[in-house]
Amino acid sequence: MTGDPLFADGVDWGDIGIMGIKVLVAFAALLVATMFMIWFERKLISDMQHRIGPNVAGPWGLLQAFADGVKFFFKEDLRPANADPLVFRLAPYISAVTAFVAFAIVPIGGVFTDTPGRSGTVTLFGKETILQVADPPVGILLLLAMSSVAVYGVMLAGWSSGSKYPLIGSVRASAQAISYEAALGMSVVAVVITAGTLSTHEIVQAQAGGVDEWLLITTGFVPFLVFLISATAELNRPPFDLVEAEQELVGGFHTEYSSIRFALFFLAEFMNVITMSAIMVTLFFGGTAGPVFFGWTWLWPTVWFLAKVFAFLFVFVWFRATLPRLRYDQLMSLGWKVLIPVMLFWLMFLGLRQLVIDQGWSPLREVVVVLAVSAAGLALGWTLLAAALRAAKRNTDEAGLDSQDPEELLPVGASPDEVGPGGDG
Amino acid sequence: MVEVVVFAVAGAACLVGAVGVVLSRNPVHAALMLVMTLFGIAVLFVALQAHFIAAVQVIVYAGAIVVLFLFVIMLLGVDRAAELSMGALPAQRWTAAAFGLGGAAVLVWLVAAVDRIFKGTRSYELERAGIVGAEADAAATGYLADVNALARSLFSDYVYAFELTSLLLIVAVIGTVILARRSYGADGRRASQHGADGRRASRHGAENAPEPQETRQ
Repeated sequence: MTGDPLFADGVDWGDIGIMGIKVLVAFAALLVATMFMIWFERKLISDMQHRIGPNVAGPWGLLQAFADGVKFFFKEDLRPANADPLVFRLAPYISAVTAFVAFAIVPIGGVFTDTPGRSGTVTLFGKETILQVADPPVGILLLLAMSSVAVYGVMLAGWSSGSKYPLIGSVRASAQAISYEAALGMSVVAVVITAGTLSTHEIVQAQAGGVDEWLLITTGFVPFLVFLISATAELNRPPFDLVEAEQELVGGFHTEYSSIRFALFFLAEFMNVITMSAIMVTLFFGGTAGPVFFGWTWLWPTVWFLAKVFAFLFVFVWFRATLPRLRYDQLMSLGWKVLIPVMLFWLMFLGLRQLVIDQGWSPLREVVVVLAVSAAGLALGWTLLAAALRAAKRNTDEAGLDSQDPEELLPVGASPDEVGPGGDG
Repeated sequence: MVEVVVFAVAGAACLVGAVGVVLSRNPVHAALMLVMTLFGIAVLFVALQAHFIAAVQVIVYAGAIVVLFLFVIMLLGVDRAAELSMGALPAQRWTAAAFGLGGAAVLVWLVAAVDRIFKGTRSYELERAGIVGAEADAAATGYLADVNALARSLFSDYVYAFELTSLLLIVAVIGTVILARRSYGADGRRASQHGADGRRASRHGAENAPEPQETRQ
């Protein structure tokens, strides 16, 4: 049974008050974390490049993000003459709101145990509740829904600016986001198959038994790697930041934005980095799992959670400092030709493994049978595809037109000399 | 009380969105209004305890299909406000009005019929007794209407329909790839020289520019 135990005995005003406090605390914490993240990224990048970075505003430049925020508020809010007024104003809010809502499903505390019954709850004002804003029955699907809605923010921003570079940037961004959503969704499916639930609370609960029960290990590392790569692409972070490739597109989809509307995009971007790190910790690294030592037992899970999230924030900045930007066709072939096929294969493997566990089969004989069936399915699919390609080639030939070897499927818009056999990486 | 408020707000969003789709002059605004309608329907699904359908509604319809609409609108360059005062076909408007009224009549009849059928069911008795929501579903059908129940019926009772649908989608995808795939000849010219592409192909032929990059789009 999913859901917050707060509402198990009906809803009264106390429950609503606690929910209000949770939403406010989550929002404030995420905003502060975002400001800290901006400072952290600038400092870390400077360290990696042997620079000093922000060092004037406050000790170690800690107040730099705050100063930037104040500056954004007082800048002039420009709107190009060609812009679509309504949509131009709407787009930044879509980005910011979706970035925040996705964080609502992340459990940020509570001691989880692998014993039956409810765990991971805390007591607030005499009421038992969970330390996450919402635990909807669809759980992790909310993340996918929000990341698909977030595409609108980028797309509408680029279109409504009435300018060509933002439009090109936004088309790139949305194509990239939609492409990598498939791989992202499939790696989430791997987690859902193994944990047996959609609820983030129960996913964390399923990993409470120790490090060897973390879904990173029980799903076999591959889904995590795919999730990390697709999440980086979803976030438009380097090395997948073609969306705002300065050399080609000025500033990408937000070229025409200034003042507080630009700040909202900026905020949404960094908020998404934090949310994705938190989701990764929840899905693969046991969420709040960790040893509880002494003193306040309820505090330790939150400490472990924050430490793990911090590690991922470091990794994202590290990526930016280290990896060069991909070309657009490399980006697309990585997503469609590498990540999605790998994840499809891995899902088949995980499904088979789950079937063997659920049915209590003796592993060896049944595994051989299911593998044979899978191989036969693959062979059938491949034969059908080859037959369709041959038919297409025959039709083209009969029409008296030149055509090339149909063994190789070219992506739309790619030329044959660019994507050769083994040429995609 | 809460249910009534949720229904009123979500229903109003649906209606405003639906009317907006028809009345917007700008195709992009119309698409956005469609998104608003889809969100309203998703909220109604949540109010009916159909959480999974609501999530899928947002992911698939709002997140993929309308985004594709927007792609087409933006890339084809039809994102200008259309001048609608001069209709090409005057009879079209009268036909549309007649169909609209007919549709409304069918809708009213349908609601009345469903209401009559519903009043004979166990769910209605439960609602009279004050049992609503998930508990009522569980009492009426014998199991809780959640993702597990949906998966169970999808992969047991309706497995053939499900598999055939996925097969249909695969056929559609393969067909699209075959149709949209471009073949290049030895001289780098586009293989298909008829239909809408003929103009561009012949122009490149006239310019004697057989570079593959020239024909890329």
